[in-house]
Order: sequence, then structure tokens, then C-alpha cells
Amino acid sequence: MKTNARTAALPTLLLLIGPAFILFTMLVVVPVVQAAVYSLYRWNGMGPLTAFRGLQNFVTLFTNATFQKAVWHNVLIVIVSLGIEIPLALGLALIIGRSDFPLAVFFRTFFFLPYVLSEVITGVLWQFIYHPQYGLVKAIVSFISPSAPSPVLLGNPHITLWVIMIVIVWKYFGFHMTILIAGLQDIPEELREAARIDGASNGQVNRYITIPLLRTTLQISVFFSIIGSFQVFDVVWAMGKGDPVNAAETMVTYLYKFGIQRLNIGLGSAVAVTIFAVCLVFSVFYQRTLMREER
Amino acid sequence: MRSGSRSSRALLYAACFAVTLVVLVPLYIAVTGGAKGMGQLLSEPLGLPVPFMVTQYSDLLLGKVGTYWRALANSSLVAGASVAIELLVCAGAAFALARLRFRLNSALYNYFLLGLLFPLAVCILPLYLQIRGLGLLNRYWGVILPQVAFQIPLQVLLLRGFFRSIPKELEDATEIDGYGPLGFLWYMVLPLSTPILATSGVLTLVVSWNNFFLPLLVFNSNAKFTLPMGVMDFMGEHMTGWNLVLGYLTLAMIPAVLLFIFAQKYIVAGLTGGAVKG
Repeated sequence: MKTNARTAALPTLLLLIGPAFILFTMLVVVPVVQAAVYSLYRWNGMGPLTAFRGLQNFVTLFTNATFQKAVWHNVLIVIVSLGIEIPLALGLALIIGRSDFPLAVFFRTFFFLPYVLSEVITGVLWQFIYHPQYGLVKAIVSFISPSAPSPVLLGNPHITLWVIMIVIVWKYFGFHMTILIAGLQDIPEELREAARIDGASNGQVNRYITIPLLRTTLQISVFFSIIGSFQVFDVVWAMGKGDPVNAAETMVTYLYKFGIQRLNIGLGSAVAVTIFAVCLVFSVFYQRTLMREER
Repeated sequence: MRSGSRSSRALLYAACFAVTLVVLVPLYIAVTGGAKGMGQLLSEPLGLPVPFMVTQYSDLLLGKVGTYWRALANSSLVAGASVAIELLVCAGAAFALARLRFRLNSALYNYFLLGLLFPLAVCILPLYLQIRGLGLLNRYWGVILPQVAFQIPLQVLLLRGFFRSIPKELEDATEIDGYGPLGFLWYMVLPLSTPILATSGVLTLVVSWNNFFLPLLVFNSNAKFTLPMGVMDFMGEHMTGWNLVLGYLTLAMIPAVLLFIFAQKYIVAGLTGGAVKG
């Protein structure tokens, strides 16, 4: 499109790009750089930056048992997202992504609905569903076996994280399904039709035609899923702030507790840098291995 | 479903209805729970509210308990301002990057795209200190401006793609009429771009409406709380009155659900346009 563009005068450019440039630089780029710098100091956010600690904050962080737990929790959330959420989304997309499936629009609408609710509202709602006296889960348990004790879900550190993950899947499967359906619509129906004429079953068409052609969309979905999983905060915060005993602590709840609540800016920034690095490494690694498989 | 046996088709339907149930039952519980007495809430979580208790909803709506309208107004104000500023700022930048020739064009575009790599959490501490330094703690601007800034990369990507597809002939026509680039933007590009602008605006609206992390950081008095903050605050104060909490939840969900019903097309377009075509 080079030939279509016209050379612009400087005032026009400043007027058009200036505001976006200033906002983006001041509130996104500068803070990223600052986070990297702060992670090398001990600092409480007041006064000058003087106590240079080199990589000491990172050493403290990586040897801290609670932080290790938080990282492990994020990894588990990634595993559940990739192992349960995306396959569920893909399965549903393959079923209702076809326009000849009656009620497809109806199902699509309802499956997407949880995504537009705020994570906090979702979290509080599920806190009620899991409530040991009032909750739905309790009602189901006592329906099956009236003498059984009330199930403690969010209050039991062994399962807190897992019941929170159910909520995460509940909220996000429809988002991934929607992305995958959009990808499905770009695949020409003739290809699948041709395979069917050659005698392929529905399962074979999905396995050998549709899913391979959906690869790019799946990669995008996986990318969002990984990045999102490393940044989980709202849902966890709304369902008990990562407690009891750090059972649902994630990297971002840890960042909030140390950085904001205790104003340990250095350590908190080290967490931020770690989150960024992990996201970057994971997504590059994942895209690479997928690409290699393709060749 | 031309091929596939009758029974396997029935199975697929059963699966879809089961998932629908899993999605809807929690919402049903919130809506009906808000109209139940505490006794019935305890004994029948799934039943319809008998007797139907209007008091929770009416108390919330009349402001006798909680600050629902205040939170709703705050959410609307923050979201409205965010959408307006986002559209203004991003449409200008995207137009310049899509249609104007200047030396740093592609460098600037890549600079904005870099932002897609930075999650909000990474910047949150310096951002907090900056907001504090600028005196924006507990002020609406303290949420609005960072929120808009974090939307810029995705929105510039989305809008630039659309602006590039507008035919050159239209640009020539405005030039013949004596208009410069700004005239072209105002009289041609923006009117032609209403669908993409709506998509972009709705996307920012949803992000702003559901945002919790930034308001949690910035707002410290409940006169400023947005709906997600209001819900957390209200739950903290009414730990034993779950029917009241469910009522508040339901009222807090209604605007988002309405928006979803009326703007679903734009929300989905924004998501898939940003995700698939990006």
C-alpha cells in the first residue's frame, strides 16, 4: 500500500499519533522498564533508589516456598486449561460450529455468556455454590447421601485450587469455543464434503481434515490460554485471596500481597519480571514446537 | 448433520444441553436466591422462591442496603470515559499508521505492537507508584488512563487493518474536493468505519466493565467503587445474608447480560477479529 499513502505534515502527525504515543509510553512502556530496574533494588516506594541488591531479589524469590507453590499452581492451571478447557472448547466447536446443526446459535450464545460476566461476580457466585451450608454442591451431596457431612471445598487446602479451576473452565471455555468456531468458518466446506464422499466418517473428517486445518486458530487459542493462566488473579482473589494457607496462591496474588500490601517494591518487581519472562518463554517454546511438528 | 447415526446425534444434543445446564444453573441460583428467605435458601437451593421475597431486591434498588446505583454509576462513568478516549486516541493513531506516509511509520507501528507482550500485572507496581505520584489515587482518571493505555496495542492493530482496506479512490475524491488527510479521516474514513469503531468500543467497554485489578489498586473509598469492587465490598459486609448478596450479584450482572444480548455481534467480532486476523 506504499503508493497509496501520502506524505503527511508534522503537525497533523503529532495531532493524530501524539496522544496514543504519550499514553502508551508513559503508562505501559515506562512502567515495564521501571519494573525491570526496581527488581534489582530493595525499596519501599519512598525516597531514592539506593539499596542496590543485584539479583538478590530473584534469589530470595526462587528459594521462597510460597512463591514456588504459586508458580506450581500457575503451571497446574496451564495444564488444566490445555488438557480440559481447550479440548472441551474444540469438541463443542466441532459440534455446533456447523451451520446445519439445529439450535447452533442458541448453544453458542449460552456457552459464551459466562465470558462477559466479570471474574469477581463469577467468583462470588461460585463461592456461594461451594458454600458448606447453603451451596448447590452441599445440596447434591446430601441428596445422594443425607447423612454425609457438609463438604468443605474452598476451605480445604487440598482441593481449593481444583474447585477454583472448575470456575476458570466454566468461565473461559466459551471464549475459546468462539475463537475456534470463527476459525472453522474459514475452512471451505467442500474439503470436508469431498472427504465424506470418499467414505470418511465424521470422526475421520475431524481428525484428518478439520483439526489440521484449524491449527493456526488452535495456536492462537492456546497462546491466550497460557498467557491468561499465568496471570490469574481476579477469580482467585474473589474466592478467598489465595488462602487458606496459600493453597490457591498464584504469581499475581503473590505479587499483590508483597508489592502492594507490604510495599516491598523490589521483590514484587522481581515477581513481575518473572511473570513476563515465563509468559515469553512458554509462548515462544509452544509456538516453536507446534511449528516444527508442522514441517 | 447429514451423516452420523440417529443415536450419535442424540448423544451430541445431550452433551450440548448438559453444558447449557452447567452454564445456566449458577445464574438461575443467583437470580432466584435473591428472592428467597434465608430459610428456603438453606433448604432448597434449586427451588423457585416461595414466598417470593421482594424485600432484598427492593432494598437494594431503593438504596436501603448497599450502594448499587452508586457502583453502577461509577462503572458507567469509568467505562464511558474509557471508550470515548480510546476511540479518539486509537482512531487517530491507527489512521496515521494506515494511510499516511512518514519516515517512522513502521517503526512506530511495531512499537505499539510490542505492548501486546506486556500483561498489566507486569507493570502494576510502577504504575501504582506513578498513579500515586500524579495524585490520581482514588480518582477516576487513575483507572481510566492506564486502562486506555493498555488497550492501545490491540485497538490500533484492529483499526489500522480496517482503515487500510478503504479504497484509494475515496481518498482521491476528498483530495479533489480540497480536503487534507484530516478531512479524509473525518468525512470518509470515520463514517465508513462505524462497524469496526463499534466493535472496538464494545471491546473496551467489556474490559473496563469487568476490570478489577486497577480499581482495587486505585480506589480506596466505596464512593468510588465500580461494580466488581462493590460486589466484593458488599459480600464482606453481609457474610451471613447470602440472599442479599445474591440479589446484589444479580443486579450487578444485569447490565453485562443486557450488553451481551444487544452487542453480541460486536463482542464476537472484536474477539475473533483481534485474535484470528491479527
